[in-house]
Amino acid sequence: MLQLERRPEASTTLRWLSPLLALALTVATGFLLFLGMGKDPIQALTFFFITPISDLTGLAELGLKTAPLLLCAAGLTVCFRARIWNIGAEGHFLIGAVAASAVAVSVGEAGGFLVLPAVLLAGIAGGMAWAAIAAFLKTHLNCNEILTTIMLNYIALNLLLYAVHGPLKDPYGFGFPQSVMFADAALLPALINGTRLHIGLAFGLLAAVAVWVLFARSFIGYQLNVVGEDHRAAAFAGFSARRLTWFALLVGGATAGLAGAAEVTGPIGQLVPQVSPGYGYTAIIVVFLGRMHALGIIAASALLALTFIGGEMLQIAMNMPKAVTAMFQGMLLFYLLTCDAFIHYRIRFRRPLPAGLSQPAAPAGQEL
Amino acid sequence: MDLLTNILAATVVAGTPLLLVALGELICERSGVLNLGQEGMMLMGAVAGFIATLSTGSLAAGIVTAMLTGLAMSMLFAVMAVTLSANQYAAGLALTIFGTGLSAFVGAGFVGQSIEGFEKIAIPLLSDLPVLGRALFTQDLLVYFSWLVFAGVALFLRFSRGGLVLRAVGESPGAANANGLRVLTVRYLAVAFGGAMAGLAGAYLSLAYTPMWTENMTSGRGWIALALVVFASWRPGRLLLGAYLFGAASILHLVLQGLGWRSPTELLAMLPYVVTILMLILLSFDPVRTRLNTPLSLGQPYRPGH
Repeated sequence: MLQLERRPEASTTLRWLSPLLALALTVATGFLLFLGMGKDPIQALTFFFITPISDLTGLAELGLKTAPLLLCAAGLTVCFRARIWNIGAEGHFLIGAVAASAVAVSVGEAGGFLVLPAVLLAGIAGGMAWAAIAAFLKTHLNCNEILTTIMLNYIALNLLLYAVHGPLKDPYGFGFPQSVMFADAALLPALINGTRLHIGLAFGLLAAVAVWVLFARSFIGYQLNVVGEDHRAAAFAGFSARRLTWFALLVGGATAGLAGAAEVTGPIGQLVPQVSPGYGYTAIIVVFLGRMHALGIIAASALLALTFIGGEMLQIAMNMPKAVTAMFQGMLLFYLLTCDAFIHYRIRFRRPLPAGLSQPAAPAGQEL
Repeated sequence: MDLLTNILAATVVAGTPLLLVALGELICERSGVLNLGQEGMMLMGAVAGFIATLSTGSLAAGIVTAMLTGLAMSMLFAVMAVTLSANQYAAGLALTIFGTGLSAFVGAGFVGQSIEGFEKIAIPLLSDLPVLGRALFTQDLLVYFSWLVFAGVALFLRFSRGGLVLRAVGESPGAANANGLRVLTVRYLAVAFGGAMAGLAGAYLSLAYTPMWTENMTSGRGWIALALVVFASWRPGRLLLGAYLFGAASILHLVLQGLGWRSPTELLAMLPYVVTILMLILLSFDPVRTRLNTPLSLGQPYRPGH
């Protein structure tokens, strides 16, 4: 009889192997899926995973999409480590984009080196303000943060739509729901000339480093970890769960808000309704896949950025629905969580015991 | 008078998918399992039901397919969250993200096609009642079915042995296990019921509410249903009330526009989500009460000692 048995100690090897295993399973499933659809699976997988990054332009595009994912994921890592289930990165991102655009549009053609910092700060502030709502609802009104952040995402999306149809709409835009193109002073400088890659990627990498410093070197990072592992122990140690909740959510809001600001001042250059293809939601997968570790989330951001570009590539080259991206992402997370189970458990083959006998109970409790 | 009837009728229609999915989730949570995958299961139900009806021409086939699809999705979740003791939040989120992606992928070729949806059926005599007659008793079959499910769930929880078992497992799986109850089996069944109901709720959207398929057509209803279960303090009676309250909130913007309110559509479209947050605030600010009402083992994986 096959039985699931708790390991005496969590397997560190599997902890890092699990994402690779999940990726392999996702690719294998994708292979079968393409085969079932009557497409050439090798060709399709090549278009998805390899063609997009086979030249400099492609790599630049990868960096371009890695940046927002990495920024959002860095903030979410801080939340998830403390078991604060912030699903609101998408909303923070959108509000960040709207706030940054509002400043960029109102500055207009005025130049000066202060314009860009002001625009980016507006994005950060917007994201933080949006996250503060969820923090307040959680710490003062005891509302579950999953539900409030999700609802705030939908509200943020409608605010964005309101902005592009109303106050921020380009009056000479032939009725299109979008803002004017921002002036040069409000645009992020390019990281590699001749490509669209901008310094947003540097922000993302800095955020990842900051996350590493926070958890490896700071007391507040330690407190966040303790709260996440065992909130009772944290309470006994006198750590304020309320203060830590505020900290984590505000950091999450700030990074995602910056990501939104960097998106409108980077590749897009104006506010459009489709400013996010779901970066905030995908960043959740990034955090799990990246093991809530700075280096891990950098690698995972790049991989998930690739799924966005690969999906577009498949759409153009093989006429497949763009939703192949979301499906691959969902599959990846699914396989990951399944593989993760074996970090703490192992399968044992065991003959069933005679009736009336039972083995001592395994210790209860679990970790993510 | 006519306006009131129309508003009430629209409220019932808007509340029905919420009622269906929330009844499923209520049973699921009463067994101690929190499945955040409602949105994903609904979307899969919606797309599967639509495709089945489109290709067979039968609404019944659509409904059955949708429920089976929701059920299959929920089993993916159950393997992770019940058997493998994965974190229920993460597993539920995975289910939603996966279902959203898969439904968009599967349904990509079906956007813009249309079918004959469910028709309104007037119940003799009852439908002649003033105001309520047309609002409550001139509805489609699924609305009436949702009342049957509601009655079934309420009676099951209150009076049946099965309901007692379910509640025991949700409150104290350890004690239930010690009493010879099969905790994991009960949880599997509860998750399966939740999946089938979510699939049905999705099909209500694509076969009755707006007989077509569009990407993300649930627009957060699966999440609202989760809030609704909290709002109802895990009790079916309050759930029924809550579903129609939320239904009313979700058509409020249409009503206001109909009355000549000149407010931007996008701002009015926020209302259901704002109302959901307000409801959560109202219901959660007393932590003691919330804790008393919540099934004790909610969200906790259980591994019986072998």
